[in-house]
Amino acid sequence: MSIWEYANPKKFMETSGRILPWAAALSALTLVPGLVWGFFLTPDADRFGSTVKIIYIHVPSAFVAINAWAMMLVASLIWLIRRHHVSALAARAAAPVGMVMTLIALFTGAIWGEPMWGTWWAWDPRLTSFLILFLFYLGYIALWAAIENPDAAADLTSVLCLVGSVFAFLSRYAVYFWAQGLHQGASLSVDRAQHVADVYAWPLWLSIAGFVLLFLTLVLVRTRTEIRARRLSALVARERME
Amino acid sequence: MLALLSRDLRLAVRAGGGFGLSLAFFLILTVLVPFGVGPDPARLQAIAPGILWVGALLASLLSLDRMFQLDWEDGTLDALATAPVPMEGVVAMKAAAHWLTTGLPLTLAAPVLGVLLNLSGPGRGWLALSLLVGTPALSLIGAFGAGLTVGLKRGGLILSLLVLPLYVPTLIFGAEAARRGAEGLAAGPVLLLAGAITLACLAALPYAAAAAIRVNLR
Repeated sequence: MSIWEYANPKKFMETSGRILPWAAALSALTLVPGLVWGFFLTPDADRFGSTVKIIYIHVPSAFVAINAWAMMLVASLIWLIRRHHVSALAARAAAPVGMVMTLIALFTGAIWGEPMWGTWWAWDPRLTSFLILFLFYLGYIALWAAIENPDAAADLTSVLCLVGSVFAFLSRYAVYFWAQGLHQGASLSVDRAQHVADVYAWPLWLSIAGFVLLFLTLVLVRTRTEIRARRLSALVARERME
Repeated sequence: MLALLSRDLRLAVRAGGGFGLSLAFFLILTVLVPFGVGPDPARLQAIAPGILWVGALLASLLSLDRMFQLDWEDGTLDALATAPVPMEGVVAMKAAAHWLTTGLPLTLAAPVLGVLLNLSGPGRGWLALSLLVGTPALSLIGAFGAGLTVGLKRGGLILSLLVLPLYVPTLIFGAEAARRGAEGLAAGPVLLLAGAITLACLAALPYAAAAAIRVNLR
């Protein structure tokens, strides 16, 4: 019994089919109480008023957005090294979810920034590196969509994911350097998680768990769809042959 | 490998296309900027290093899709794949040819165009130096992007979408070095960081680009 057994699409479909309802139910069970608790049952903060509550969407979506790319990196490596199709399809399935999470984080950040910083957007290092991450997602998805041969597409997007990861990492630190060069330190960015009091922290952990489970659910659904689409196109191709 | 380099150089110069075009594009972009932001000399001086860097970056992007496309269409790339030279060497030579026909002319033209944007004397020197250090990275990253998209029918658009985010670190360090140089600050360390990115690209990206081309030739 090894983890590579799940590289078999049939085995993966069986197992993921059994996990899926549980993952969906669990994500609903953590997301709904987490958000309700966060939105309605926590006090307004002294300095931020009720805007503090956007943290329950902003932080989890940002967390998932970054880790979705990390998951795609691991899946791409597995595809390049061991050539398991399920892995490449999972990376493909995760990309749009990660991109939407990046967008959610950017938009909720803008909504929070308008009343708090007085601006929808600032070229702050964190904001900028998230925008760059969004561009990387965009390129990755566009490359998947552009190539017809599925194996070549999986290979090329995997190589792009590897190189892109290195450059995304580089950009992140380059951006810190650049913003310090222009402004006097990152005065806008507050390391929020470290300053959060316990009243806010518990529902936050719950919503992070909810977002992660939601991500897992969506990726499983999308991977299963990809596998079925692949089987379908194989069937169509076989019928044409006959 | 040198034969390959000289072949690409001769093709670029004689067959027309990218060589003069990217320089002309660079010139037009620089001329258009004052129309957009106004002719105030102080403002132009402040934005000159950044504008010239972005202009050079876009100009070098123009000729990228031709890097492997023509060779791929007429089968030269297949011949090169079976040649004794490894594909990594082919990619490195292609990137070198691209740099010699775009990056180097852009570097030489940038100080002249800097005059148009009221860039100071030392600022022009630092701009040329930072472009000299940074543009090879642009060609190498471009070779990777061109390798990824060589098999696509409309690869050009995707190519720019893939390559431009990868240009971010080079642009940040290169433009920052030019800006610091123009304002009389210490630009040396930033220039070294830009050089580090160029060297890392030189060490790693030919392998990635060659892997992509092998997939596309499969």
